Amino acid sequence: MESQGLLIPIEHGLLFAAALFCIGLAGVLTRRNLLFMLMSLELMLNAAAFVFVLAGAVHGNADGQVMFILILTLAAAEVALALALVVQLYRRRRSLDIDSLDGMRG
Amino acid sequence: MSLVLLILIPLLGALLVWLAERWRTGFSRVLSLAVLGLDALLLLPLPHQAPAGELWWLQFRADWLPNLGIGWHFALDGLSALLLWLTLFIGALSVLVSWREIDQRVGFFHCNLLLSVAGIIGVFTALDLFVFFVFWELMLIPMVLLIAIWGHENRRYAAIKFFIFTQASSLLMLVAILGLVFMQYGQTGVMSFDYEDLLRLQLAPTPAFWLMLGFFVAFAVKLPMVPLHTWLPDAHTEAPTAGSVLLAAILLKTGAYGLLRFALPLFPAASADFAPLAMGLGALGVLYGAKLAFAQHDIKRLVAYTSVSHMGFVLLGIYAMNDLALQGALMQMLAHGLSTAALFIIVGMLYARWHTRDLRQLGGLWSLLPRLSGFTLLFALASLGLPGLANFMAEFLILAGAFQRDWPITLVAMLGLVGAALYALLLVQRSLWGATVPDAKVHDCSPREWSVLASLAVLLLLFGLHPQPVLDLVQRPVAAILAEPPAPNPGGTEPLLQRASMERLP
Amino acid sequence: MTAWLGWIPALPLFSSLVLLLVGGRLGQRLVTLLGVGSVLGSALLSGLLIADFLAEGAAVTTRQLPWLSSMGLEVAFGLYFDGLSAVMLGVITGVGLLIHLYSAAYMAGDEGYARFFGYLNLFVGAMLLLVLADDFLLLYLGWEGVGLCSFLLIGFWYREPANGYAARKAFVVTRVGDIALAVALLIMIQQFGTLHIQTVIERAQLQWLGSDWSFWVALLLLGGAVGKSAQLPLQTWLPDAMAGPTPVSALIHAATMVTAGVYLIARTQGIFLLAPRIMELVALVGALTLFLAACSALVQHDLKRVLAYSTISQIGYMFFALGAGAFSAAIFHLMTHAFFKALLFLAAGQVILSLHHEQDLRRMGGLLRRLPFSALCFAIGCAALAALPLTSGFYSKDAILLQAYGLHGGSLAWWLALAGAAVTALYSLRLFLKLFFGEAVTEPSPDMRPTLVVPLALLCLLALFGALIPQPLGAVFAPLAATEVPAAVHGAILIMPWLGLVTGVLLWRYGRGFRQRWSDSALARSWRAGWGFDALYDGLLVQPLLLLARLNRKDLADRPVQFVAWLSARGHAWLSVTQNGRLRRYAAGIALGAVLVLTVVTL
Repeated sequence: MESQGLLIPIEHGLLFAAALFCIGLAGVLTRRNLLFMLMSLELMLNAAAFVFVLAGAVHGNADGQVMFILILTLAAAEVALALALVVQLYRRRRSLDIDSLDGMRG
Repeated sequence: MSLVLLILIPLLGALLVWLAERWRTGFSRVLSLAVLGLDALLLLPLPHQAPAGELWWLQFRADWLPNLGIGWHFALDGLSALLLWLTLFIGALSVLVSWREIDQRVGFFHCNLLLSVAGIIGVFTALDLFVFFVFWELMLIPMVLLIAIWGHENRRYAAIKFFIFTQASSLLMLVAILGLVFMQYGQTGVMSFDYEDLLRLQLAPTPAFWLMLGFFVAFAVKLPMVPLHTWLPDAHTEAPTAGSVLLAAILLKTGAYGLLRFALPLFPAASADFAPLAMGLGALGVLYGAKLAFAQHDIKRLVAYTSVSHMGFVLLGIYAMNDLALQGALMQMLAHGLSTAALFIIVGMLYARWHTRDLRQLGGLWSLLPRLSGFTLLFALASLGLPGLANFMAEFLILAGAFQRDWPITLVAMLGLVGAALYALLLVQRSLWGATVPDAKVHDCSPREWSVLASLAVLLLLFGLHPQPVLDLVQRPVAAILAEPPAPNPGGTEPLLQRASMERLP
Repeated sequence: MTAWLGWIPALPLFSSLVLLLVGGRLGQRLVTLLGVGSVLGSALLSGLLIADFLAEGAAVTTRQLPWLSSMGLEVAFGLYFDGLSAVMLGVITGVGLLIHLYSAAYMAGDEGYARFFGYLNLFVGAMLLLVLADDFLLLYLGWEGVGLCSFLLIGFWYREPANGYAARKAFVVTRVGDIALAVALLIMIQQFGTLHIQTVIERAQLQWLGSDWSFWVALLLLGGAVGKSAQLPLQTWLPDAMAGPTPVSALIHAATMVTAGVYLIARTQGIFLLAPRIMELVALVGALTLFLAACSALVQHDLKRVLAYSTISQIGYMFFALGAGAFSAAIFHLMTHAFFKALLFLAAGQVILSLHHEQDLRRMGGLLRRLPFSALCFAIGCAALAALPLTSGFYSKDAILLQAYGLHGGSLAWWLALAGAAVTALYSLRLFLKLFFGEAVTEPSPDMRPTLVVPLALLCLLALFGALIPQPLGAVFAPLAATEVPAAVHGAILIMPWLGLVTGVLLWRYGRGFRQRWSDSALARSWRAGWGFDALYDGLLVQPLLLLARLNRKDLADRPVQFVAWLSARGHAWLSVTQNGRLRRYAAGIALGAVLVLTVVTL
C-alpha cells in the first residue's frame, strides 16, 4: 500500500492542511467577532478532516472518508448549537465582541 | 448484637427524625429524646451480662471485606461504657437546650445531632481500625454542618477551620493505620485491621515512633493539645449551644479515648519514650488555656479556653501512665464533660436573654436571676476545682499520679490551679456581681432549664463526694492499658530485637 | 458520744443547703431559726463532747466512710477528736454562735439575709470539717471550703465592684498557699500512699528522721499556712477582705478561718519538729509579720483596717510561738485572740452602724458619752489586745514570750516579738482614743440595741476571763521542759505594754504637732500601705499578667494557622490572574501549549 495511487505527494497535502489549520487558528486568535471565530473554527476542523481523507487515500482505506463524514455531521450539529447560542447571546448582550464576554473571569 | 443496635438506633433514628418534622412541627425533638432514651435502655442491662473477670463485657464480630481483613468488630468495656453513658446523657441535654434556640430546619438539626451521636458511639465501641476510622469521619461531618448552618455570626469560618483541622489530622491517622496494617501484613502475611491482631504486632522503634506520632497528632488535635488547639475557641464560640455542648462534652473525649485505646496499647514503648514531651505539652496546655481564658471578653470564648486548660490535665494524666493518673484522667473526662457542658448551657441561656456574650456588657445578674446565678457560681467553682465537686477529684488524682512520674512538670501544671481561680472567679465577678445591667424584663430559669442544670449539678456533686463507682468501672480497663509496662529506655543502646520484644502485649 | 461527732459539722452544712436552695422563700424568722439554731445545735453538741472528753481524755476516731479507693491510695471521710480539736471546736462553735446571734440583728432587713446565713453556715460547717478531719484530703476540702465562703462573704454586697475585687484577691492569694499545701499532700501520697493524718505523722517520724523530705513537706505546709493565716509574704489579702459585712470579718477574718494555718502547723507538729530549720523559719515569719503588721496598724485611717492589721499581727504571735516550740501557748493565744478580736470587731460593727456606715477614724471621736456600751466593749477588747494584766490576752501573750525565751533565749525573733508588744499597746490605745475621745465629728444613733448587747456582753466576759477556760492539750503536745527565765526578762515582758501605753498617752496629750507631721511622713504612708507589698506584687505579678493577657488576647498560637490560610489565599489570588475570562487568550494558550508539546516531542 504505497502512495502510488496519489496524484500529488503527501507532503503537499499535509502542508495544505497545516496552512488551512494555521489560517483558521489565526482567525480564532485575531477576530473579535464571535461569528467569525466560529467560521475560523470550522476552517480548523476542516483542516483536520482533510488530513483524515489524505491518510485514507494514502493507505487506500475508506476509513478516512468515513471519519470525514462523521466530522462533517459533527460540525453541522456543533454549528447548529453554536449558532443558536450566538443568537441567544446577541439577543441578551447586543454584542458579539468576544473580549467583552469575560464572565468566567476568576 | 445489642452493640450493633446501639449504633443502628440513632443512625436510623436520624433519618426518622428528619422525616418526622414534616409530619408535625416539633415532633423531631420528642422523637430524638425517645431515640436516645431507647439507646440508654439498651445500654442499661449490658454491665450485668458481662462475664466475670473479663475485660470485654461483650463483643460483636462480622465480616465486611474479609480479603482485606476488615470486619465489623465492636466491643464494650468499662471505659467505653462510661463514655457511652456520658454521650447519651449529653446528647439528651443537647436536645433539651436547643428546644427554643433552634427554630430553623428543626428536623435536619436533630438528624445531624443523632448522626453525630451515632458516630461517637461507633468510635467508642469499634475495635476494627478501619471501622473506627469510618465512624471517626461519620461523627465529624454532621458536627461541621451543625456549626455551619445553625451557628452564630462567624459560623462559616469556624466550621471550615474545624473541618480542615480535624480532617487533616485524621488523614494522618489513616496513613498511620495503613502503615500499621502493612507492617502487620509484612510480618504475618495476613492482612488485618483488627485491634487484637495489631496488638500482637512487634515493631522496631523507629517505625513505631512515627506511627505512634500519626495517631498522637490526630488525637491531640481533637483533645485539643496546645499548640494544635486553635480550632476549638472558634468552633465552640460560633456553634449553637447544643453544638458547643456536644463538642466540649463528648467530641473532645474521643481524642482522649483514642490515646487510651490505641496510642498507648499499640505503641507502649514509643509512648513511654514520648511521655515526658506529652506531659510537658499537657502542662503547657493547662497554663496557656487558663491564661487565654483569663484574657477573654467573650464569655463563650472564655469557657472554650477553659476546655483547653482542663484537657491539658487529661493529657498530663494519660501520659503519666500509672493507675492514679489514668483513673484521674478518666474522671476528668467525665467531670469536664459535665461542668463545661453546664457552662456552655448557661452561656446559651444568657445569650437567649441578652443577645450578647460580651462580659463587659453583663453584670449584676444575681439580683435579676438568682437561680441561674446560683448555678453559674456552682459550675464556675467546679471549673476551678473546688473540693467536693467531681473536677477536684479528677485533678487531684491526675496530679497525684503525675507527681510520682515527673514532679517538676506536675508542679508547673499546678500553677494552673491558680489560673483556674483567676478565670473562674473573673467569670463570677464580671457576670454575676457588679452593677446591674439595665434590662429587667428577663425571667429566671424555666422548669426545663432548671431540670437540665440541676441534673448536671447533682451529678458533679455526686461524683465529687462519691467517685468510687466511676473508679471501679474503669479500674479493669486502666489495668489493661498499663499491662506489662515497658521498661523505660533512656540510653537507647539496646539491640533492636530486645527492644522490639518489649513491645509485645500479652 | 462519738456517734454524735459527725452531727457537729453536718448540722450547719445541712442548714446552709436548705437556706441556699429555698432560703429566699422562707421568712426572716425561719431563716434566723435555721441559721442560728443549727450553730446552737453544734455548739451544744460540742459542749457535751468536750465535757465528755475532759472527763475521759482519750482521742477518738469516728467510723470511716470510704471516699476514694484507688490503687495505691485510700481516702475516707472520718473525723478525729482530740484536745486540739476540742479547743478549736469550742472556739468555732462558741464564738460562732455569738457572732451568729449578733448577725441576726446586724443583717436584719438586708435583701440577702437568707443568702448571708446560708454562706455563714456553710463556713461554719467547712471550718468544723477542717479541724475535725482525720484525713488530709478532708482537711483540704474544709480548707478550700472556708476559702470559698470567705470569697462569697467578702463579696456579699456584690453590687459594689470594689468588694468583688477584694473577694477575688483574697481567694487567689490564699490559693497560692493552698497549692503549696496540695503539693505537700502529693508528696505524702508518693511517700506513704495514704493521707490519714495520724498515720502520715507516725510514718514520717519513723522514716523521715534526718531526711530532706521533712524539710520540704514542712516548708510546703508552712506555705499553705501563711496563705490562709495572712502571714508574710501572703498577708496582703486580709486588709482588703474587710469589704465584707462586719460579722464576717469577726468570724472568718479574725476568730476562726485565719487561724486555720496555726491549727495546721499545730496538727502536723510531728513533721515540723523533724525540720528544725523550718521551725526557725516559722518563728521568723511570725515575728516579722507581727512587727510589720503592728506598725501598719499604727497608722491606718480605717477602723476595720486597724483591726485587720492587728489580726495579722496577733496571728504572727501565734506563728512565733509555734516556731519557738511553744505549741500550747500558740493555741492558748488562738483562743483568747478569738474572744477579744471578735469582741473588737463586733463592737466596731456597732459603732459603724451607729455612725451610718462611717468607717474612717478621722471622722470619729468623742463617742465616749454617746456610745457608752461600745466604749466599754472597746476598752475591754483593747486592754486584752494590749495584754494588760487580768485580761485573757495578758496570760496568753505572757505565756508565748516566756516560753519562747525559755526555749531559745533572746533570738532576733524574740526581740521583735517583745518590741511588737509595745507597738500593740500603742495602737490599741490610739484606736481607743481616736474613737472615744477628742472632739465629736458625727452624731451617732444610740448603741444599746438589746439583740446586739447580749453577744457583746458575753464576749466581754470571755475576753476578760477566757484565760480560765481549761485547755486539754496535754496529750497533744509534748510538755515543755521547765526552764528558768531571768527575772529581768520577765520584767521586760510585763513592762512592755505599759511602755506603749505611756508613750501613747504622752503623744496624745503633748504631741499634737508631732502626730500631724508623722502622719504625713513617707514612712507612715508606706506603713499605711502595708509596707508596699501590694505595690510590689502589683508591679511584679499583676501588671505583667494583665499585660500578657492584653497582648495575647487573640491567641498567638493561631498565627501560624492564619499564615497558612493567608498563604493559600494569596496563592489563589495570584493564580486566578490567569483566569481572566478572555476566550482568545485561552485559545492562544492552547495553541502555544500545543506547539510547545509538539516541539518537545519532535525534537
